Amino acid sequence: MENVIYVKELTKRFGDFTAVDGIGFEVRKGEVFGFLGPNGAGKTTTIRMLTGLSKPTCGSASVLGLDIKSEIINVKKRIGVVPEISNLYDELSGFDNLLFMAQLYGVPRTQRKRRAEELLKTFRLYERKDGLFRTFSRGMKRALAIAAALIHNPEVIFLDEPTVGLDVVAARSLRNLISNFRRQGITIFHTTHYLEEADLLCDRVAVLVKGKILTIDTPEALKSKTNKKSLEEAFMKITGLEPDVMAIEKGK
Amino acid sequence: MWRDNLRGIYYIALKDLKTYYLKGSAVSWGIVFPITWILAFYLRNPQDFKELVPGLIAMTILFSTTATETVVINFELRLGSLERLLLAPIDISAVLLGKVLGGVVFGFVMTAVATIGSVVMLGLHPNVLYLIIIIIPSLFVFSSLGAFLCLTVREVFEAQTLLNLPRFLMVFLSGVIYPISKMPLALQYFSYLLPLTYTVYGLQLSFSAASSKMVFLYTLILTSFFMIFTVPAVMLFRKKFE
Repeated sequence: MENVIYVKELTKRFGDFTAVDGIGFEVRKGEVFGFLGPNGAGKTTTIRMLTGLSKPTCGSASVLGLDIKSEIINVKKRIGVVPEISNLYDELSGFDNLLFMAQLYGVPRTQRKRRAEELLKTFRLYERKDGLFRTFSRGMKRALAIAAALIHNPEVIFLDEPTVGLDVVAARSLRNLISNFRRQGITIFHTTHYLEEADLLCDRVAVLVKGKILTIDTPEALKSKTNKKSLEEAFMKITGLEPDVMAIEKGK
Repeated sequence: MWRDNLRGIYYIALKDLKTYYLKGSAVSWGIVFPITWILAFYLRNPQDFKELVPGLIAMTILFSTTATETVVINFELRLGSLERLLLAPIDISAVLLGKVLGGVVFGFVMTAVATIGSVVMLGLHPNVLYLIIIIIPSLFVFSSLGAFLCLTVREVFEAQTLLNLPRFLMVFLSGVIYPISKMPLALQYFSYLLPLTYTVYGLQLSFSAASSKMVFLYTLILTSFFMIFTVPAVMLFRKKFE
């Protein structure tokens, strides 16, 4: 199967601190690849490097066969990114936010309005299309941020903690959407620390701790290797966090 | 690639104008503030008001281009929406130039109002070519100066304080209100380091009957100031996101 993301020895240092430490992995076309790890593991830093927001200290990576150092503009044309914070424009309406993104990404003039309206309908925001972004609920903001990332029909989507802060209904609706992307053959790079979500959605997951990848496999294989029933338990065992959790439970 | 960047610059400027500049606070800071200032001097000495017109226009350029710079850069940096622009398939320099262009367009509108108003009310006959070749580069200079200073700090209030320093320094030392020739020699030399001095000189020439090639030199100097502020601003911007 064709690899759309290829990462080799990728490293990011901030002074003496190594946020990402020589990681390597591949993501196959059309798969949902989960990037799991506790807070501060280096998940967001990795996404920032792969999407051109931060330069790697060393190592190499390519997305859709394009080098992230020398061809990042061409990479950006073909990827969609949903950052951890829904950082659209408070003073613009939902529709104007999408229109602005379509303009920035060079969506043909004749298609911009139609595409923005389609996405607003898909995300059930059409009724609020003229409402200012700042008046949206957290779930609506998240939905619009995802719609904005899809405006130019990207081939790969980077989702950074997409369900953080969402209520149960909004989170479920987002998971359904991710499943739909997979059916459409869109590759998803998905960081999360909600392991149940990763178990439900991901074809394969990488477990990242302190900037290093400990293992990469399917959720089923990880559970089987660690002899655990859930991905959460398997994750605790792999990362060595299990004794900490047990100690907390004993303390109860 | 250059087409993508030009498109990005245009739409970022358009978005900023729509989102931030067409607000009462920006308009008042950009135009009401210089007019109030000049009015104070007019009331003191109405006979010399015509001489203050180049200063009024220069101040309008300075304050209007930098009026909302802290919001379009520091506020967006804080909210994370500036990062959203950096995800777009355009060069980082195009993002910054889009921000600068927003200030330029807003400044142009404000300056046009101040200039046309002064010309009509006082019956002046300026050299339009001179006006254009002085005002346009000046707008770019002060918008890029604002962008550069805003990028050296993170917080909005820090940027506002920092911007006030060169703004007020230039208002007092660039011949806006008080002629440079009457200043102590050391301050006269210092004034030649300030871009607003060349804006004021160029505008004074535009409103005088004399024809002078010096105006082209002022345009060249102002263009150099634009480069002096823009190149380090782009470098700072890149460094922030690496």
